[in-house]
Amino acid sequence: MTEAGADGEVLLRVENLVKHFPVKQGVFFKREVGSVSAVEDVSLDVHRGETLGLVGETGCGKSTLARCVTRLYPLTSGNVRFDGADISRLPRRHLRPYRRRMQMIFQDPYGSLNPRRRVGSIIADPLTIHRVASGAERKQRVQELMEVVGLNPEHYNRFPAEFSGGQRQRIGVARALALRPSLIVCDEPVSALDVSIQAQIINLLEDLQAEFGLTYLFIAHNLSVVEHVSDRVAVMYLGKIVEIATVKDLYQSPRHPYTVALLSASVVADPEKARSTNRVVLSGEVPSPLNPPAGCRFHPRCPKAQPICTTVEPPLEVKAGDPASHLTACHFPMQPGERLRGAALKIHEALEEFVGEPVAEERRA
Amino acid sequence: MNLLTVRDLTVSFPTSDGLVQAVRGLSFDVAAGSTLGIVGESGSGKSVSALTMLGLNPGADISGSALFQGRDLLRMPPGELRRLRGADIAMIFQDPLSSLHPHYRVGWQISEAIRAHTDVSRAEAMRRSVELLKLVSIPQPDRRVQAYPHELSGGMRQRVMIAMALALQPKLLIADEPTTALDATVQAQLMELLVGMQREMGMAMIVITHDLGVVASIADSVLVMYAGRAAERAGTRSVFYASHHPYTRGLLTSIPGSIGVHGRLVPIVGQPPSLIRLPSGCAFHPRCPFAMDSCIREQPDLEPVADGSGHDSACWLPADIVGVGPGQDEARRRYAVRHQGTGAARLAGVVAGNREVVAS
Amino acid sequence: MTLTTVQTVSEGPPVEAGAPPGQAIEGRSPLRLALARLRSDRVALLSAGMIVFVALLAICAPLIEAVTGHNAIASNIATGTDITGQPLGPGVGGFLLGTDNLGRDILVRIAYGAQISLLVGVLATILATVVGTVVGMLAGYFGGWIDAILARMMDTVLAFPYLLLALALGSVAAEPGSRLHAIAGIPLTILVIAFFSWAAIGRIVRGQTLSQKEKEYVEAAHAMGAGNLRILFIDILPNLVAPVIVLGTLLIPTAIVFESSLSFLGVGVPPPKPSWGNMLSDAQTSGFQAWWFWIFPSLALLITTLGFNLLGDSVRDALDPRTERIFAMRRKARFVGGAAASGEAAAGKPDGEVEAG
Repeated sequence: MTEAGADGEVLLRVENLVKHFPVKQGVFFKREVGSVSAVEDVSLDVHRGETLGLVGETGCGKSTLARCVTRLYPLTSGNVRFDGADISRLPRRHLRPYRRRMQMIFQDPYGSLNPRRRVGSIIADPLTIHRVASGAERKQRVQELMEVVGLNPEHYNRFPAEFSGGQRQRIGVARALALRPSLIVCDEPVSALDVSIQAQIINLLEDLQAEFGLTYLFIAHNLSVVEHVSDRVAVMYLGKIVEIATVKDLYQSPRHPYTVALLSASVVADPEKARSTNRVVLSGEVPSPLNPPAGCRFHPRCPKAQPICTTVEPPLEVKAGDPASHLTACHFPMQPGERLRGAALKIHEALEEFVGEPVAEERRA
Repeated sequence: MNLLTVRDLTVSFPTSDGLVQAVRGLSFDVAAGSTLGIVGESGSGKSVSALTMLGLNPGADISGSALFQGRDLLRMPPGELRRLRGADIAMIFQDPLSSLHPHYRVGWQISEAIRAHTDVSRAEAMRRSVELLKLVSIPQPDRRVQAYPHELSGGMRQRVMIAMALALQPKLLIADEPTTALDATVQAQLMELLVGMQREMGMAMIVITHDLGVVASIADSVLVMYAGRAAERAGTRSVFYASHHPYTRGLLTSIPGSIGVHGRLVPIVGQPPSLIRLPSGCAFHPRCPFAMDSCIREQPDLEPVADGSGHDSACWLPADIVGVGPGQDEARRRYAVRHQGTGAARLAGVVAGNREVVAS
Repeated sequence: MTLTTVQTVSEGPPVEAGAPPGQAIEGRSPLRLALARLRSDRVALLSAGMIVFVALLAICAPLIEAVTGHNAIASNIATGTDITGQPLGPGVGGFLLGTDNLGRDILVRIAYGAQISLLVGVLATILATVVGTVVGMLAGYFGGWIDAILARMMDTVLAFPYLLLALALGSVAAEPGSRLHAIAGIPLTILVIAFFSWAAIGRIVRGQTLSQKEKEYVEAAHAMGAGNLRILFIDILPNLVAPVIVLGTLLIPTAIVFESSLSFLGVGVPPPKPSWGNMLSDAQTSGFQAWWFWIFPSLALLITTLGFNLLGDSVRDALDPRTERIFAMRRKARFVGGAAASGEAAAGKPDGEVEAG
């Protein structure tokens, strides 16, 4: 967590980003029969020096958004501006200088490093590709980077298979850091690591941010991790941002019913808190992005849904009583003190039928 | 009487690089109707112990005892053990996509589980399968019963597994990382389901996980494992609010949102050890900020901790220092320094030189 | 830099299957590991021995010719046949393996035949492998219409009745007036074999490239701004080396047999140059009276193809990390030999994995 507030200079601006993946069918010539709406009209700003957390569950589009922002995927429509420059449609050649300032860290420490290459060569990749250094100077810079991330520089010639998961993730961080980027997009950087190693990497990322003035777009599904590292957090559901606020506002006064459900579902390592939380259990499952619901995409599962929610998409805007940094996309946002009803699981009646005899009723405290 | 009593369970695998000591002298109890959470990271031995008890590790060297309702699972003839599996003790695994057979419809799979242990007709078994699906809150159970595993979402597949496990109303359910691969909201649904089922059926449950949050939510007692042994064993509240073992303390100070975290995370340095070349004495000593000579020399057994009954910890630190906090850490440090000895001094210098570990 | 004092460097690489305990591991590339495994594989050593034997035979052909004093090509009716003009059997008159209808020493001819078989086999394989790999990589990586065209090309080549075309080409080239005449014989044989073999490699390489393309480290390379060529050669190609080596090693015997078939049919290596194929053809026309006409060329072919096939299998096992289990079991059998007396559980069950949690 840094001191940078939400009012700092904007480093990355995403405007009305849309990303559809066409679904093709056919034997010889594939015809488009449908499309997956992975990201739908997303706009957000990332300020210099801050950490913006992006949370959501599987299929919400956060990873796709990350790849669109770094132009790994072409955009279907919308804009991405990096430090003022519009990089949305730049051809590869013109995109290259921006690639130096915008890097990515991946989730899988076992898949993000080429197993047939030595780690020194992997970390040196950005230096080689952008012709920043060569020969002895390059080796020296790589070894410096290895030290910075907590690796032994003498392991320069080893292969990824000879390192543990946490160490491989450090290699990935070193690689991302090689060109002193301004922005690093972290796509679930700690999810695949052992619990005791996650903290090491989180601290490493925080230290590097302080040392080098980095800006992070931090994507994760673990709410506690996101709460810990972020300054501001955006919550995504089925391709749209449903709420975005400072971390304090979001975790203490969430306004969107999905945010409330998500927060209540996350389990904290504290028995008092864990058992006293009003756990809102949502009914149903996340619908397929091939055929998203009309109106508000969350309405089929929302305990507060009204007819208007099925037809009109709520805009992402500041609700009454909230600071300018807190935006919510909901027709009926949660009010202070309001409790959200969850879907009650009808285990009790079903069990009676199943077991064949009455079972004493008990309500959960 | 306890439903399950495990004493000195030891499981090793001979391999070309040496003997992998996956579990080393594990002991714990599970009372009927209660939930035990077994917490550990990869390499802690938590899954291996459960699989071994159910006879699912035939190639290993096993010793110790696991008494289920008075009968030793480890010495039972395979036929008898098979009859027990599914009927009295059921198990669900982490990844339902690989635990369910991809080529058979889910209804058929549940029916098979039922018919393996009871003498009912196919039609009757199928009827019960539909009821089970309804029980685990799968919508449109009569249609879903004909689905193949890959046609269902992750959460639903896991519910099918639960349905299969509960089909014969077992006395003990072992859940090995049941919610790890799932989204938070789906995880909440499933935990609600498991707890509800457990309460209604009076079933005992062992939940094996690396997620302390899950354990905090649903476990009555907790067993923290490290490198094949029990580090700490206590009721849930004690483990979180009055923890004794430095490994437990380390977990609590390094997981975001834990009670031990105030501001910056304090990670456990180093990595989990190799199970072939284990450190001498206490396996945790290379990573422990309070290591003493006795820790390097001799492995501590589980000893009671001062705060109450049923709380044991395998550590040489005094039994009355419990809890995570600067005061307790200071007490631990003072004790460790006084009893350090020369070997540990060198080690502690390395570990303590790391500002991360010294709690601020 | 303050950071280095804060973060403790985590210790040591994880235990690696295959490394003796306590030994430092310094940059062992996957290929070096594979070589080590090969060395421990008895079948691999045996088959390598067979190939070395044949290669030596080929290299020493002129030597054999000089030592025995028998020429491989020139007709030798005077000393090479008996009174009635029949060929001599093995061991008769200083001919170790006998003579053929024209009195030529079969041993010398087999040795020169080895030269041709190996030359054609290896060269054709190299050519096919290079072309197939390049085409496969381009098709798999770029996709779209490039892939559509190249993939259809490969399918077409694979569907071709190769023997018919080979026969046709060979016959045409045999005519002195034809444009192909310049490359008739060995060069044409090499080209024909390569032409019909590259597509099989291309298809497999294309499949491998498709899966490599989706790997995260390729994504990372894109994110860094790497160009397509760099990604192809530095990130994707090294991961193709293993399957390509296996394919190549297994293609060589196919090529050799192909050449023998062509020569047998008369459209490969033209007589009087000796090739095992046309020696077998001679055996056929002689009505199989003299058993030494066909036994020895057949044996030579058998040893060569068997050797390469077995070696190819061993190479595949050595390069495939999943078959580590087999090597682990073998090593264990040697390592634990003494401990077997303590009555341990049946061997073969555990795999060499350290993660047991």
